[in-house]
Amino acid sequence: MEGTIPLTYYITVSAILFTMGALGVLIRRNALIVFMSIELMLNAANLAFVAFSNSYGVLDGQIFVFFVMTVAAAEVAVGLALIVAIFRSKHSIDVDQMSSLKG
Amino acid sequence: MENSGLFFNLVPLIVILPVVGLLINIIFGQRMNEKTIGTVASAASGLTFVVSLLLGYSLLAGGGEAQSIHFADWIKIGNLDIPWTFRVDTLSVTMMMVVSVVGTLIHIYAIGYMHEDVRFKGDLKRYARFFVFLNLFIAMMMILVSGDSYLMLFVGWEGVGLCSFLLIGFWYDMDTLGRPSWANSNAGNKAFIANRIGDFGFLLAAFTMFWFFGSLQFGDVFLKAEEIAASQPGVIMAITLFMLIGVTGKSAQIPLYVWLPDAMAGPTPVSALIHAATMVTAGVYLITRSWAIFSLVPDAQYIVALVGAITALFAATIAVGQYDIKKVLAYSTISQLGFMITAVGMGAYVAGMFHLIAHAFFKALLFLSAGSIILGLERGHHHLAHHTKPDDPHEEVFDPGDMRNMGGLRKQMPVTFWLYMIGSLALAGIFPFAGFWSKDEILLDAAKNHTVVYVLLTIAAFLTAFYMGRQIWMVFFGKSRHAAAEHAEESPKVITVPLMVLAAASVLGGALNLPFLHSLEKWLEHTIELTAEHAAGFHGYLSISWGGLNPLVALVSTLLALLAIGLSWFLYGRNPVQIGQIDPLKKMLGPLFTVFENKYWVDEIYGVVIIKPYKSLARFLAVKVDWDFWHDWLHDTVIARFFRWFTNFLANPIDLGIIDAISTGLANLTRSSSSALRRLQNGFVRSYALSVLLGVVLILGYLLFK
Repeated sequence: MEGTIPLTYYITVSAILFTMGALGVLIRRNALIVFMSIELMLNAANLAFVAFSNSYGVLDGQIFVFFVMTVAAAEVAVGLALIVAIFRSKHSIDVDQMSSLKG
Repeated sequence: MENSGLFFNLVPLIVILPVVGLLINIIFGQRMNEKTIGTVASAASGLTFVVSLLLGYSLLAGGGEAQSIHFADWIKIGNLDIPWTFRVDTLSVTMMMVVSVVGTLIHIYAIGYMHEDVRFKGDLKRYARFFVFLNLFIAMMMILVSGDSYLMLFVGWEGVGLCSFLLIGFWYDMDTLGRPSWANSNAGNKAFIANRIGDFGFLLAAFTMFWFFGSLQFGDVFLKAEEIAASQPGVIMAITLFMLIGVTGKSAQIPLYVWLPDAMAGPTPVSALIHAATMVTAGVYLITRSWAIFSLVPDAQYIVALVGAITALFAATIAVGQYDIKKVLAYSTISQLGFMITAVGMGAYVAGMFHLIAHAFFKALLFLSAGSIILGLERGHHHLAHHTKPDDPHEEVFDPGDMRNMGGLRKQMPVTFWLYMIGSLALAGIFPFAGFWSKDEILLDAAKNHTVVYVLLTIAAFLTAFYMGRQIWMVFFGKSRHAAAEHAEESPKVITVPLMVLAAASVLGGALNLPFLHSLEKWLEHTIELTAEHAAGFHGYLSISWGGLNPLVALVSTLLALLAIGLSWFLYGRNPVQIGQIDPLKKMLGPLFTVFENKYWVDEIYGVVIIKPYKSLARFLAVKVDWDFWHDWLHDTVIARFFRWFTNFLANPIDLGIIDAISTGLANLTRSSSSALRRLQNGFVRSYALSVLLGVVLILGYLLFK
């Protein structure tokens, strides 16, 4: 197809986004940033889904994206509530502070 | 059922009734008075007699056919099935009637006797216990005679042995004179142990029988007996001889008779009921019941007859030299049992049973009269004690049973005198008393079959008349040799009336099997096949017969009996024995009389030959074998030491070294591995996330590059 962006580009962007997300989760200590990084990873996956869906002409991927977005929204709701609760007790949202399960 | 209208189904009552009686006395005995206790027991026994009579009537009406009444299942293991079945036939009913009628009369007698016994101190518990034992005895005797198998017979056999033991030792804490001692309980033990030896023989006979016949039911055994006798004659021989051992124990024959004289330690009603009239005749019943087996082995029969005849003579000689009124009667009982055993040994079962019945009457009469005499003397003694020296602790011990203390009693105790006279004449075999007919039948059979046995029995019969004559002269004639005899008083009606009934039976008992009529023979023929002694042809003077009575034999025995009585008069009646005088017969016979007086020292010989070695063997086994070897050496040394070593071995190397090491090793391993692994749990969320990421990468990498 002339004039369209090749699939590889999408996948590359998606991979970059996912790597950034993963690094964000692993490196940053701020829980909110970690959250945002998770969202980044989810959306990298969404991008890959949509790209493949468009490329193969099958709608399955797009339907999956909807599900992922729904789950992400639910997850954010729960996650933010948890962060609020943690902040209340610890007055911090540094994830390294939450290490009471240390063996 | 074909026999409806007859009373065969009542037969379990002969055991149930006495048991009910004894239960009443056990439960309520202490709350009732003496009369009620005695009446309950007597009624139980009397009703048993009524049932026996009804059974006899039923047999008579039903043609004498033997009946088996199933009462209860007893032993059911695999093929072995031994029910409790009552056997009602002419033989068992005859025994039932004898036991229950004599038993009832003795129960009534005992009401008076036990009350007057000097040893009885108004202890109602003991009074009730006596009647409980008597009723138990009746029940056991009924089980013995009514059982349908050797096992049921054995139950009764052991039961009466138990009652005998309990009643001999009834005054277990005193001797016959009421002094504190273990003499009576020792006498009970002696009887029990001697009987045990005999019972062992019985058991061996039963085991052998079961091994070869596969059954203990009378019917099965008798049916197979002939077949087994043909193939294995030794088996039948062994069974009969083992049975003979049982008989010598229970019926007091040589060599196990020694318990019976000592059994006189029991109260006199017991001596009369158990040790004269009923229990001791169980051996005679056993052989008669097993006629089908005994008839097959003439050799064994001959041994039985010989044992009986020797016992008859042996015991009669001892009886001549005794001074205790009950001891004379005890040896007389052994002697008369010898007559019966001889009879059944010769196959003259009817003669044996006839003598058994007659003897039950007159010997019970004699014993009970002797009891009455003893009571009379005790009354005299009591009377004296009250009038002369009230409570003298140094008073000489008075033995009311010693004939040397008696004399001239016919004036003080006329009723007892006449009763005793009747009993003695019956025992001596004087015409027309019961003993004449029954003894004569035995003598006739002996004359026909075995001359040796006949001679032995005739001498025994002569001695019987002699010692009874001696007793009569010593007890009732002459002058009183003791002040107590002078003041003796007659016994009350409750004692004398049962004696009168027994006396009537002793006089008329001969009518059971008179010559020409042979009613007992016809009656028993339904149960026992009588062939041998009547079919055999005789020669010479023995072939003369007046309807089964041989005049010569009868004449000889009667003349001998009269001669013996004459001789006893010559020795004891003409010049009555004076106080402290030596027995006239002792002057005549010298050392021989000493032998009789000391009972051939049989007890002493048994003591030296059997009891002493037995005791030292027992001591050796107890001290050396059991204690020193078994306990000290084997248990304490060998086994304990090995055990200690072995437990040490198990505890240290095995338990600590291996089992514990495994578990502690496992624990240590878990601990060290967990302390290594816990470092992974650092609590940093980001490191967990890194692990997840690395895991995903690993799995994906594996999936991609596999």
